[in-house]
Parts: sequence; C-alpha cells; structure tokens
Amino acid sequence: MRTSTGNGKLFMTYAILGVLTFLSLFPALWIVLSSLKEGNSLYSDTLIPREMTFVHYKDLFEKTMYPRWFLNTLKVAVFSTIIGTFLLLLSSYAISRFRFAGRKTTLKTFLVLQMFPGFMAMIAIFVMLNAIGLLNSHWALILVYSSGSIITNVFVAKGFFDTIPRSLEDAARIDGASPMKVFFSVIVPLSTPMLTYASLMIFNGAFVDFIFADLILRTEEQRTLAVGLYKMVSQRNSTEFTLFAAGAVLVAVPVTFLFLFLQRYLVDGLTAGASKG
Amino acid sequence: MKKPVGAAILSAVMFGFGQWSNRQWIKGFVFAAFGAVGLYALIFELFDYLRGLVTLGTQPSGFVKVGKLTKMVEGDHSIFMMIKGLAALAASLLICFFYVLNIRDAYLVAKARKAGHPVHDFRQSLASLGQKHFAYLVLLPPFITIAFLTVLPLVFSILIAFTNYADPILPPARLVDWVGFDNFSQMLSLKKWSHTFGGVLMWTLIWAVIATATTYVGGVLVAVLIHQPRVRFKKFWRTALIIPFAIPNMISLLVMRNMFNNQFGPINDYLRRIGLQGLPWLTDPFWAKVTVILVNMWMGIPITMILAFGVLTTIPKDLYEAADADGAGSFQRLRYITMPMVLFSTAPILIMQFAGNINNFNVIYLLTNGEPVNIRYQFAGHTDLLVTWLYKLALNQSQFSFASVIGIFIFLIVGSFSIWSYTRTKSYREEDMIH
Repeated sequence: MRTSTGNGKLFMTYAILGVLTFLSLFPALWIVLSSLKEGNSLYSDTLIPREMTFVHYKDLFEKTMYPRWFLNTLKVAVFSTIIGTFLLLLSSYAISRFRFAGRKTTLKTFLVLQMFPGFMAMIAIFVMLNAIGLLNSHWALILVYSSGSIITNVFVAKGFFDTIPRSLEDAARIDGASPMKVFFSVIVPLSTPMLTYASLMIFNGAFVDFIFADLILRTEEQRTLAVGLYKMVSQRNSTEFTLFAAGAVLVAVPVTFLFLFLQRYLVDGLTAGASKG
Repeated sequence: MKKPVGAAILSAVMFGFGQWSNRQWIKGFVFAAFGAVGLYALIFELFDYLRGLVTLGTQPSGFVKVGKLTKMVEGDHSIFMMIKGLAALAASLLICFFYVLNIRDAYLVAKARKAGHPVHDFRQSLASLGQKHFAYLVLLPPFITIAFLTVLPLVFSILIAFTNYADPILPPARLVDWVGFDNFSQMLSLKKWSHTFGGVLMWTLIWAVIATATTYVGGVLVAVLIHQPRVRFKKFWRTALIIPFAIPNMISLLVMRNMFNNQFGPINDYLRRIGLQGLPWLTDPFWAKVTVILVNMWMGIPITMILAFGVLTTIPKDLYEAADADGAGSFQRLRYITMPMVLFSTAPILIMQFAGNINNFNVIYLLTNGEPVNIRYQFAGHTDLLVTWLYKLALNQSQFSFASVIGIFIFLIVGSFSIWSYTRTKSYREEDMIH
C-alpha cells in the first residue's frame, strides 16, 4: 500500500517535471523552428514547419547590417568587460583590505548609488555626451557600462576578498613584495571565480542592453545587436517576424551557452551577492 | 621654521609655501604649480560657470533689433549651463580638497621634523605614496570614472526635479528656472498628476509583491521536487529548468510578446484549436497584468530554484529522519522543516528581488510597453510601473522635471526597503560593512 502511493507520488513528480521542462523549453523551441520557417509571418499552422529553410539566416547577413552589429557588440562588450572588471577589482580590493579614512563613506555612497533607478542618470549622460561630442561613439557606451559595473558588483567582489585570508598577503609582503606586486601575483590569481562571475555579468549586461545603447548610438552602422534586434521588432514587427526569429536565435545562442558552462560560478556569485558579503 | 602651525599657515597663505619652509623643494614646487593652476581656473573660468548654475541663464533667445534689422539672438541654454556649473562645482571642490591636503601635509611634515625625523626627499615621498597610501592610489581610477559617469549625472537629474524643465519650457527656446518643491507638490496634489501617480504606484507595489512571491514560492517548490531522494536524472531536470535564466531576457521577452499575440500568436492558436476562445493576453487591462506576471514567473523561477538547491543540500538528513519517525507526512516535512530552513537563509534575496521588481523595466517595457492605454492616466497605461512611466515621461513627453520627481520617489521606496533589510542581515551586525 505504502509503496503504491509512493510510486504514484513519484509518477506525479515526473509528470510535473515533464510539464515544467516542456514549458521552459517551449519558447526556445518555438523561436528556433520559426526561424527555419518559410515566408515572413508570425502565424504558422504547424509547430514544425513543413519546409525547412535557412534563408532567413542568409538574409540576416546579406540584407541587414547584422555582421556589422555583431562586431560592434563584441567590441563594446569585450572592452566593457576588461575595463569594468579591472576597475571593479581595484576598488573592491582596496575597500576590502585597507582601513583608510573615508572607507565607510565610500561604502555608504555605493549603497545609495545602487538605489537610484539607472534611467535617472541616462538623460544627463546623454546631454553631457552631446556637449562633448561623444554621442554615437562606442567608447561612450564602454565607459558608462564600466562605471556602472563597479557599483552593481562591488559588494559581491568585496565579500569575496573578505574571504581570502590576509596571511597570504602578509607572507608576500614579508618577502619584500610591493603592494602592487602582491595584488597582481597573489590576489588576482586567487580571485578567478569572482572574476569569472563579474566579467560574465558585465559582458552580458553590455551584450543585451538596448535602452541606453539606443539613446547613444544614432546611426545604423554604429548599432549593437540588441538595439538592431529591438528596432527590427518594434518597427517592422510581424511583417518580418522570421527574420527577427533568426536574429534572436543567433544572439541568444552564445550567451545561453556561456551561462550554462559557467553555471557554477554564477550560483556562487548570486549567493554571495544576496547576502551582501 | 620648525613650528607645525607656522608651516600650516604658510601653506594656507599659498599652496607649497609650507612645503618650502620644510625644505621639501620639489614637493613644494609641485604643490605650488597645482595651486596656481587651480586658483587661476577658479577665478577666471569656474566662477562664471558657478554663477550660471545659480541663475540658469538670464538671456532668453529672441529677436533683437539691431539698427533696422531684427536678428535672432541665441540666448542662454539653461541645461548646458547647469551641467557645466555642476562640473565646475566638482572641480572647485577638488581644488578645495587639494588645498586642505596641502595644509595638512605641511603641518604633518613640520611636526615630524620637530620630533627630529629626517625629511623625505621627493623620491622618498613618491615611494611612500605607493606604500602608505596605496588604497587611495588604487581607488583613484574607479573614483574618477564613477564621479563623472554616475554621480555627476545623478546629481544633475536630482536637481532637475527642482526646476520647471518640462515641455513646453525647453531650452534653448526658453529659460529654465528653479522652482523648489513645486513639482513634488503638483505630483502629490494636482489631480492630473496625483491620480496617475497613485494608480501607477499602487500597481507597482502589487506587481512587486506578486512577482516576488510567485517566483520565490515556485522556485522553492521546483527545487524541492527535484531534490526528492527518489527522483533520478537530477542533473538533467536542473539543466533543463535553468534554460530560461540562461537565455538573455531581452530576447525571451521579445519572443514572448509574439507568442502572446492575440491574433497570430501560437498560444491563442492552440487554445482555439482545442475549442477554447483565445484570450486578450496583451490588450485587456486585466489579462495584460496576468500575462506579465506569468512571463515573469517563467523568467524568475530558475534563479530561486538554483539558490534554493544550495540551501537544500545543507539541511541535515537526520532532521527528516526524525520527522519520519514521528510520523510526519511529506507536506508536514515541507511545511515545518524545508520551508523554514530555506526561508531563513534566502530572506535577504527575497528582499533584494522585491526591490529589483519595483524597478523591473524590461519585463513591462518589452512585453506590453505599459499598454493597454489608460485614458484616465497622464501619459501612462494600465501595466506601467513607476520606472517605465519615468522613461516615457522623459523620453517621449519631455517632462523631465516630473520624471526626476518619480525617480526620487523610487529611490525613497527602494532605499527604505534596502536599509530595512541591511540592518537585519547578519553581515551588518557582525562584520564591519557599514559602521
């Protein structure tokens, strides 16, 4: 009796898990199949298209500026990640390790800055960039993303450094290494998990941002993938749906796999971020 | 002169004098050079900008008679003046800071000399900068970036809330003025604003509560389901259910918008095929709200699930064994062991997610864009949150001052929740994060 209700329960569990898996995979499946469909409309009478075609992917490369956007995005995301991670490392390490005058104020300032909605500063940045002629420049985006990434990740990173025992640095210092040397040859190698998490977050943020990028980048050649894709949907909507589907698949695939591969670091980072070190 | 106070006074009279009196020639020269540049800038350049920040321009654009011709004369651009004024203010503060530093340095060195310590030469001073003040040196680049790209724009936006910078008062055609707390009182008491503000604020809070609760409970339940000892292929289920989190949410939201399309979307299509009527997912005020919450569950459950897994593996097995021995059913085990344990260690996340949902721009903007339109609202729709309303007000309607007022309200709401939660986390009480 007990085992049969137990089996029934187990069956229910599998059934629920099956349904949930279907639900979580369906949108991805649907968009991939839509991108392979003939024609350009949203409506389709079968889920699996009768005729498979790669023509939309080909169109993406031949009729739109997709390759160009892709390079732009890569440039913006890679440089933002490098600069942002570097600045983040410097600031969080200094805050975690040194007891300098103004440290508490710095921490409080970061906390307060986090609480403002990001959009509030956007218009001011727009006016400023306009004034110094940096509008429509990728470097403006890179600088803004890098600076923003310090504020959003500094507590996770500081919390991480707090867990690295000080004795390691002290040992290196006794051996006569300068603070700079200690930082680069002891601390940086030890912080790989945090660095992975932070750079993934910054990279992803820069890769998918379409609001700020849309405001800053004024011409079609300068656009990033996210902006290009967003414009494709918001302006031409259902008339070129399959083209959008192909674009969406190509944007999503690299990021999705990056996330799945680096899952472990993500979980650690998220947990650390939640408890605020 | 070996008196510390004397050296300090000399430095106060002019940058670098105190250092010279301490016989630090090169250092004194560096200070003096900086000081001279700073003073020159302050008097001849920055002062005008600072005055501009106060007046926000006095010369409106308009037609001026020059002899017999009327000529269009470009007036002051209040907004540019404000930004330049702010930058000038930051520069002036920097000069003041440097001035204090210069006095302090002269005082400390003179004191060390008096005590009989040898005075550093310039090379030694530089070396000690790298050793003793390493933290400042390291923090300088991030600070400069943050000051100009985050703090300055934010201060600008906050100041905008105290001006009348809203359509139709837009530079360069018209001058903007300081209006004090006028916008705030209009937002709260003027019918056309207060009605929308109240409605949008209400929906923002309802949304944040429901969105947080559904994803949290859902995530924990899914984790518990997979974590049951008898369930096999755990890794497979986990990976499959994490997928929605891994797909960039901008993409999945745009995809969802098409899936929920009333006429051509697959969801209504399937509903019709099994003989049901399709639902007005995105066009009816009520159903649009349901849709955004459903889609948010799809995107948010995986994160809680991942985090809950971490907690579940740390719950000691003997707790469950003891419960079994006492004859507890699986519901009771969930209710009295699993839930309290998970809740205890993920409470900070819950509060963070709540704050995050108040500002959840992407879900609303990409899925419904705040629509369906509410004709009784001022530039807002039924599903608009405060952030999306802010965005529309600023970028579509040029109501910059009101947008800033909303931004400040959001800050107050999120800020009070965050402070409330920080004071309750362990790290706040035990570690030295804040105090």
